[in-house]
Amino acid sequence: MTIISMRNVSKFFGDFQALKDVSLDVAAGERVVVCGPSGSGKSTLIRCINRLEAHEAGEIVVDGTTLTDAPADLDKIRGTVGMVFQQFNLFPHLTVMENLCLGPRRVLSLTDAEARARAMSHLERVQIPDQADKFPRQLSGGQQQRVAIARSLCMEPRILLFDEPTSALDPEMIAEVLDVMTELASTGITMIVVTHEMGFARRVADRMVFMDNGEIVEIGAPEDVFTAPKSKRFAAFIKQILNH
Amino acid sequence: MKRFLILASAFLLLSGCSNNWGWYVVDPTTNTGWVNLKFMASGAYYTIIMSLTAILISVVVGLLVALPGLSTKRGWRMFNRTYVEIVRAVPILVLILWVYYGLPALSGITLNVFWAGVLALALSDSAFQAEIFRAGIQSIARGQYEAAQSISLNYRDTMRYVILPQAIRRILPALGNQLVYMMKMSSLVSVIGLQELTRKANELVVSEYRPLEIYTVLVLEYLVLILIVSAGVRWLERRLKASDT
Repeated sequence: MTIISMRNVSKFFGDFQALKDVSLDVAAGERVVVCGPSGSGKSTLIRCINRLEAHEAGEIVVDGTTLTDAPADLDKIRGTVGMVFQQFNLFPHLTVMENLCLGPRRVLSLTDAEARARAMSHLERVQIPDQADKFPRQLSGGQQQRVAIARSLCMEPRILLFDEPTSALDPEMIAEVLDVMTELASTGITMIVVTHEMGFARRVADRMVFMDNGEIVEIGAPEDVFTAPKSKRFAAFIKQILNH
Repeated sequence: MKRFLILASAFLLLSGCSNNWGWYVVDPTTNTGWVNLKFMASGAYYTIIMSLTAILISVVVGLLVALPGLSTKRGWRMFNRTYVEIVRAVPILVLILWVYYGLPALSGITLNVFWAGVLALALSDSAFQAEIFRAGIQSIARGQYEAAQSISLNYRDTMRYVILPQAIRRILPALGNQLVYMMKMSSLVSVIGLQELTRKANELVVSEYRPLEIYTVLVLEYLVLILIVSAGVRWLERRLKASDT
């Protein structure tokens, strides 16, 4: 069953075309890893899926809802789609627990106790239940990103988008975040991950998407695209990434 | 330089003991002096109440004017700019006179001196508050809005729980400044007859004819009030910061 369907989507920033006629279908429960050089449009692609960016042409349907500016549709989509950001974007004035409870309380109208119980269960899942009463700045980058993942999970999304979740982390913290993501991948949630972590892609992805210049250049199962890349650009990209 | 300052202040203090000064008008050990001092200090009531009421109103109005200034819609931004530019351009004294003498003729609404003063001060300050809020809110990183959106918070909740709590911490020093400014500008309301500190001092000067001593006390009264306000604002800043770390 297709949960995300993008048809000929184009997105411009002024004169610059970030997405050129992109089409992509993602099945429910599928794990898709998107990679590509910087400026290739991969972040824009996933930011269009929860409409942090509005596309100018084409059609995006998420879980049966066509993306428009209609507030009711936006609510529906943002309830279905969670997002994890490169810079974590935790709320610095709130404790970890408050960060996690804000959405469930205000949006899902959970009681205080329900929200806290849910938050705690997700903190345990990302393995930092003991940090619940700390403020984000008291945590390491890896811990902050895990809190951010837990914050998304508290909204119980069907789709989770990751925008370079490990790019802002020190090398020794990347593994702890990837481990959490790998565990998540086994739960059947639909994941679209923009990352350069090729090891993670090989382990977890059902499909790899390679983007360049606002286009999807190559798409396929990781074992196929890694062993036999069809395009020169992707071949060059993998070589660069794996050799550094 | 330091020596000069010490000498100058010593000179001032000593000259205060000379015959040219008439501290008796405000000497708390004499009966008249004590009565005069109490008379002057009683003006603090209106100065404080008026400044606080005005700052509360101006913060609310300022925020309500600031938010459309951040809108993506041109019309809303135009409203913000027009309000700020016009209100900011009117001198406070002129606004006080206009509200007290002009507004009744224009609208038929007559305000007493207190509310005329509050309205003029609040109106005048709201333009500055709007600019302070706008700058404060704009200083919050875009990622905060995006994170709020990604957990489906609506505009009101995003502002209330995510953006404003952070923005207010940042603009607190500026808000403190405005409160101090407001307390000083409240002295202008004396021209329409509100019995606040400056008005009381003026009245005493007319009857006692000792402007130097009486206005010196007036200066000290404002100084004390404002030092208290500053200390309060700093305490609040520290408290908010402490809860942050």
